[in-house]
Amino acid sequence: MGGGHGETISVTLRVWRQDGPDEPGRFDVHHQTISTDASFLEMLDLLNEELNAAGEEPVAFESDCREGICGTCGVMINGRAHGPQKATATCQLHMREFSDGDEIVIEPFRAAGFPVVRDLAVDRSPLDRIIEAGGYISVGTGAASDANLTPVPKVAADQAFDAAACIGCGACVAACPNSAAQLFTSAKIGHLGLLPQGQAERWSRTETMVETMEEYFGSCTNHGECSEACPKEISLDFIAFMNRDYIKAKVRNRALTGQH
Amino acid sequence: MSMDSDTAAGTGTSPRLDSKVPAGATADKWENHKFSMKLVNPNNKRKFDVIVVGTGLAGASAAASLGELGYRVKAFTFHDSPRRAHSIAAQGGINAAKNYPNDGDSVHRLFYDTVKGGDYRSREANVHRLAEVSVNIIDQATAQGVPFARDYGGLLDNRSFGGAQVSRTFYARGQTGQQLLIGAYSALMRQVAAGTVELHTRAELLDVVLKEDRACGIVTRDLLSGEVTPHSAHAVVLATGGYGNVYFLSTNAMMCNVTAAWRAHKKGAFFANPCYTQIHPTCIPVSDDFQSKLTLMSESLRNDGRIWVPNGMDDARAAADIPESDRDYYLERKYPAFGNLVPRDVASRNAKTVCDEGRGIGPLKNGVFLDFQAVIARDGVEAISAKYGNLFDMYHRITGENPYDQPMRIYPAIHYTMGGLWVDYHLMTTVPGLYSIGEANFSDHGANRLGASALMQGLADGYFVLPYTIGDDLAGLLGQTAVPTDDPVFTEAVRGVEDEQKRWLSINGTRSVDQFHKQLGRIVWEHIGMERDKAGLEQALTDIPTLREEFHSDVRVLGSAATLNQSLEKAGRVADFFELAELMARDALEREESCGGHFRSEHQTDEGEAQRDDENFAHVAAWEWHSEGTAQTRHREELSFEDVALSQRSYK
Amino acid sequence: MAQTTEQRYRVAPVRSRGREWPFPLNLYQSAVGRKWVMALTGMGLIGFVLIHMVGNLHVYEGPARMYEYAESLRTIGGGLVPEGGVLWLMRLGLLTMFVVHLHSAITLSRMSGNSSEKAGRISGAKKYEGGRDHIAATFASRTMRWTGPIIALFVLFHLADLTWGWWLGGDFVPGDPYHNVAESLGYLPVAIIYVVANIALAWHIFHGAWSMFQSLGVNNPRYNHLRRTLATTLAGLILVGNLSFPILAQAGLIDEDGRMCPVGEVEGNACLAEQGHGAAATGHGTDSTGSVSP
Repeated sequence: MGGGHGETISVTLRVWRQDGPDEPGRFDVHHQTISTDASFLEMLDLLNEELNAAGEEPVAFESDCREGICGTCGVMINGRAHGPQKATATCQLHMREFSDGDEIVIEPFRAAGFPVVRDLAVDRSPLDRIIEAGGYISVGTGAASDANLTPVPKVAADQAFDAAACIGCGACVAACPNSAAQLFTSAKIGHLGLLPQGQAERWSRTETMVETMEEYFGSCTNHGECSEACPKEISLDFIAFMNRDYIKAKVRNRALTGQH
Repeated sequence: MSMDSDTAAGTGTSPRLDSKVPAGATADKWENHKFSMKLVNPNNKRKFDVIVVGTGLAGASAAASLGELGYRVKAFTFHDSPRRAHSIAAQGGINAAKNYPNDGDSVHRLFYDTVKGGDYRSREANVHRLAEVSVNIIDQATAQGVPFARDYGGLLDNRSFGGAQVSRTFYARGQTGQQLLIGAYSALMRQVAAGTVELHTRAELLDVVLKEDRACGIVTRDLLSGEVTPHSAHAVVLATGGYGNVYFLSTNAMMCNVTAAWRAHKKGAFFANPCYTQIHPTCIPVSDDFQSKLTLMSESLRNDGRIWVPNGMDDARAAADIPESDRDYYLERKYPAFGNLVPRDVASRNAKTVCDEGRGIGPLKNGVFLDFQAVIARDGVEAISAKYGNLFDMYHRITGENPYDQPMRIYPAIHYTMGGLWVDYHLMTTVPGLYSIGEANFSDHGANRLGASALMQGLADGYFVLPYTIGDDLAGLLGQTAVPTDDPVFTEAVRGVEDEQKRWLSINGTRSVDQFHKQLGRIVWEHIGMERDKAGLEQALTDIPTLREEFHSDVRVLGSAATLNQSLEKAGRVADFFELAELMARDALEREESCGGHFRSEHQTDEGEAQRDDENFAHVAAWEWHSEGTAQTRHREELSFEDVALSQRSYK
Repeated sequence: MAQTTEQRYRVAPVRSRGREWPFPLNLYQSAVGRKWVMALTGMGLIGFVLIHMVGNLHVYEGPARMYEYAESLRTIGGGLVPEGGVLWLMRLGLLTMFVVHLHSAITLSRMSGNSSEKAGRISGAKKYEGGRDHIAATFASRTMRWTGPIIALFVLFHLADLTWGWWLGGDFVPGDPYHNVAESLGYLPVAIIYVVANIALAWHIFHGAWSMFQSLGVNNPRYNHLRRTLATTLAGLILVGNLSFPILAQAGLIDEDGRMCPVGEVEGNACLAEQGHGAAATGHGTDSTGSVSP
């Protein structure tokens, strides 16, 4: 069997520790010897085992599905959101991406809208707030017509899907030098705005979601860091789509085009 | 083993388990029952508080639908966002009897397949209702903007899944669960914005509160501040998922647990069929001791991959160096008709058999090959990459091996639990006012769940069943206010939860919670895993309590209860897993037959297939809690099969 | 008693949304709208820079053609409007664009600063204690807020230098751009300032011209791949054109050795006017470039 099973590397970890939202933080240094087959988070699990055994409190970090789909995990690894591997959430990153002797700096996602809760865990609830502002199609349970009543061109469906693939992990905000949430918000606006079902509320949705986003996050300067960090590789094109729709929403005569 | 009078040997449904299945023909029951149930006037709905715990497919869809109806809903999730529930990880698809492909599907066929697939251990009336509302789910999800796969004409695409003979599975690339959950979550957030649903995130249920034998609320712990808070309501709905993490290693998310269901069980809700657990045959094998969870590879891979192991023991050659003559395509050999597409339980057990024989492959000899070389040679790399590209990439990322060049290594893993809180036709548990929906209940899958049916059941319960049935019960409570949270039942429950937190922190033993959980998982996997036998189960009933004692005296939980403390959270969950594991073993021991996911090696046909005992075990086993240190009592609900004739499954 | 937003989400907004202004001012209230305005003004400013650069190439045709070009700007609009009227309107427009571009840049930058964890710190510099590994952001995109102020300061310098003639003093001749350019850019420190500022300008446009499409939402798979090319070409053209002035002035290509008209406000300008018309009339315009050749 190939794949370098059983190889072991030694790495130095500089891990951000912070007791609470308003406490000062610090870096703790730990040395880990670890199999390259371990995932990055399993490496942290082992670190926590060692800390616990030594009577020190384990490092708080979040993860859940460990399959790259729930969006719970996410830390900055050597200055990159979710670490060095492209299109990979922290939980799917494996130690074979690192070399013997590496120093690995692990920090929480940082943004004013993502206050640190403890150690590497942050509060990303402003993302839910943005969805609450309009990230839905208003259709009550039972009110739907037959699913095949409205054909959706395959290209539109595929494009919408590319946007809908967003897992809400917040890496885009973390990676953005401006702490902007444009990629997240535009993914939702793009997903719903591209589908026929989403047309009725297209303009009001764009307006309220963008304006809510701006209560928490910075302004986009088109660096493109978000898309690079995105584990689902969501395209910057959706940001352009959102920008255009926002201006349209403000300018167009919505009363006479029959759209809300 | 203490045995009460109402054991497997007895007959007849326990008086405590009134399923409330309406009379009449199976196909008409739900339609007629919708009319006969009491309604709550729209103006009165706002006078009722309903608590929904969990915001996965079942919880989010229920909370949103109840909010739309006008109830005052409080939704709780222990995640930071409702969107993170583990429903999100479902890959394959969702079944619905739409018959869009015109291939002969119907509500009755979906009903029939589900009852049969469940190995005749589910309630016919519930399954029929599930099949009926399945079509509405697709309509609802599509209207919400769920981007299901479409053909070039813009209409919805279907595929055949899990060996079904019709194409009734709707899918959204490999992330059907995530897309459906985002749909339900957005519906939920719309109600949150409308003010009909209060949203409580990072709030973990730690107790269910009863007053005069009726559920009146819950106690939660805020995972960030540690604050313990009572919440009262007229009804409590548990949509808290399954208990697969009792095995430690499973495809479930790290935080999945049985705590909500278990604490409800300890307050009087019967726990049904805990031994029914489902093994998924195509997961990536364990690679080392540090492994934290297992990753599922979609079952669709078996459509094109060939499963094999070397003929000889301990064959250390690379797959490419093993000639055809030295390979054993054991599924194709044993089941010529179905080949690699036999149902999940059969594929899983056979993999275990060859590994137990010492023919397993990989560095730990704990897997079998899933080989794509033949199909790549036939269709080309591009065709395979278009079909399975993302799965191949995921496998490559995790194992560091390229499946285009060498076969995948796979092994079965725990994936879903069919058992759960016993519920009646209204989805109410044995505690009045306490409901359970989705994977948390036991209702629709019998002893084995078919592929693409979990999403269907979660959404059916949340969107189209509970919103109707809950009104029937609430209508009778009109004029009653919810029990105030300063009532002694709440203050006592809050104190109990706070004391529990203090207890964990004061033990200060030597081993971490995870170490105990891992050890427990090993016992459960070994003895209550893919194949069970009397001796093993009895061994488990000795080992589990011993380890449990150690856990309560030697676990080390550091830190404080007033901050985010993940070890503390886990301690409570693992404690509940210990108690559940014991019940699983007892349930498996009592069920002297093999059915679906429950395979007792003493009960198999000459060909090694599961041997049901319909005469003695065509019933649901529901366990009643008494008190700490006293064994639960086994009750039974007899199952009758009027529309689907009992038969032996065969895949030869 | 409904749950409040604060109870639901523990994270307070970084800023609150004020009352909405009347249309179209409300566009400027949001960051997305403001970026749109910034893109439009940026586009206008790029247009100006491009025209300004192309127009200035007349300097290589000699003092007379340069004078004529400058005059032609004053007489845009023909006899319909007072002389210089349209030019002043254009200047006003340019000034407005410049101020709005600047204002939006400063306010948006402050907004991003407030949104990064260390509130108040200028954005674009959000710090990770362990360092930051940029993957997509270009050096240009990350230095917009440095090249921007450099350009703003340079514009003031440029106006003071060649429009108001602050430090040329007696050597400054109103209405004779050729002379003024030759005088000013012939001085090495000034030439260096021009070189540095124009590199900053091209750098700024390199990101700005691409970013503009994103902010305006102009996005089409058919030509998306051209956006980067266009931005590079624009920045390159402007860089080469604008750098040629100080460099060639230093190299002695813009000097007054062969000058035929006297330098001076009245007699010099009158001579240039005459010569320019004469050259144009006889078709010897190109010959006059000979006057700038050594």
